[in-house]
Amino acid sequence: MLTKRIIPCLDVKGGRVVKGVKFRDHRDAGDPVELAGFYYREGADELVFYDITASSDNRPIMLEVVERTASQVFIPFTVGGGLRTVEDMHRMLKAGADKVSINTAAVENPNLITEGAKRFGSQCIVLGMDAQRVPGSSPTRWEVFIYTGADGGRGTGLDAIQWARKAVELGAGEIVVNSIDADGTQAGYDLELLRAVSESVTVPVVASGGAGGPEDLYQALVSGKADAVLAASIFHYGTYSISDIKEYLANRGIPIRV
Amino acid sequence: MIAIIDYGAGNLRSVVNAISRLGYQARVTSSPQEMLAAQAVILPGVGAAADTMTNLQTLGLVDPIRHFIAENHPFFGVCIGLQILFSGTEEGGWHECLGIIPGVVRRLPPGLKIPHMGWNQVKQKISHPIFDGIPDEANFYFVHSYYVEPEDKSLVAGETEYGSSICSVMAKGNLIATQFHPEKSGEVGLRIYDNFIKSALGAKENR
Repeated sequence: MLTKRIIPCLDVKGGRVVKGVKFRDHRDAGDPVELAGFYYREGADELVFYDITASSDNRPIMLEVVERTASQVFIPFTVGGGLRTVEDMHRMLKAGADKVSINTAAVENPNLITEGAKRFGSQCIVLGMDAQRVPGSSPTRWEVFIYTGADGGRGTGLDAIQWARKAVELGAGEIVVNSIDADGTQAGYDLELLRAVSESVTVPVVASGGAGGPEDLYQALVSGKADAVLAASIFHYGTYSISDIKEYLANRGIPIRV
Repeated sequence: MIAIIDYGAGNLRSVVNAISRLGYQARVTSSPQEMLAAQAVILPGVGAAADTMTNLQTLGLVDPIRHFIAENHPFFGVCIGLQILFSGTEEGGWHECLGIIPGVVRRLPPGLKIPHMGWNQVKQKISHPIFDGIPDEANFYFVHSYYVEPEDKSLVAGETEYGSSICSVMAKGNLIATQFHPEKSGEVGLRIYDNFIKSALGAKENR
């Protein structure tokens, strides 16, 4: 049966990893290609690179990172961050990325999803979505936020579940759900949000933001009904290895590739 | 010479990287002549069957591919490269495909997430050199919304569970095709390509 995917996520700025994992030897912990190779050998199911460089001047640097990674790493990898046009997406895919992730640009121009899906296929188009609970809402509602790279971002007034559904209708092949409330807290994912999205769309859903330990990942996959989990901090600080996580999940009955 | 067919589909680079990593030289080509001169051909694939057929037709590759396979030369189809070998596909209505393998391509049934995306086990139904060194039920990476139904079940070399048992590896003589992407399936994926190329180039290692 289909296994659940464990996906390390690397933030890349100016061609360097922000908060890279601590290697025990002299390998360069800041080189995204080095780190990608490390995670590949450790058993990651996929990889995600987010380009968090503020300026688009650094696009050629990121393309080079993508090219070098693609030549060494034989698992799917997704690139996101600052992709605003079909040409941006095409460049990344041509350089060797398997999927491209769009977030703010998709909200501001939903046609980007359609054009991307038509040109490259839905399976290449990932919608990243940042959502925050609407305080006091009952039943719970979540609002879509954009520009979350800087200063917590700005609200759009869009309902997250409806936006997820619409994005899939437009051609998104996968949704990455990031809870603003949970992100960085290491206190667990927003399970209610995950479940609501997962039950509303027919495409795979990836949980992002909030993992502190293996139990959180377990809950995201079970209560949250996610198909995959993105994790950054728990791997980057060397707290858990990928095989620690996978062993834990397998022992708890989750279908996992070991 | 190993030819990797470029018909405008995505993921060409990944396949090239995989073959290079194994130490083989591959030539990326859209030319029917170059393809026919190759010792082995890989047809990669990401995207829709209808577009793939149109592109192959435009490039004049349809008959050469049929001919190459009819002569039992080593040919490896990946994902869409498996699907277009069949009589036709339900994708986008109904589209005729190469018709080399009798059978149809159907959409995965509702109830499960579509596309079938991620790592799933391949159960080896027969003993075959393509599986050398690969444990039974090893995981490979899938990403597809349609699956193949060959009329001749003896062609199903590998099966995978997703809703029902779907054909994940097809083998007929020197024609091999996989629904999963070997170039995205880590070390076991690389081994699949290695096994194919070793068979194609003969018993002697030729790097």
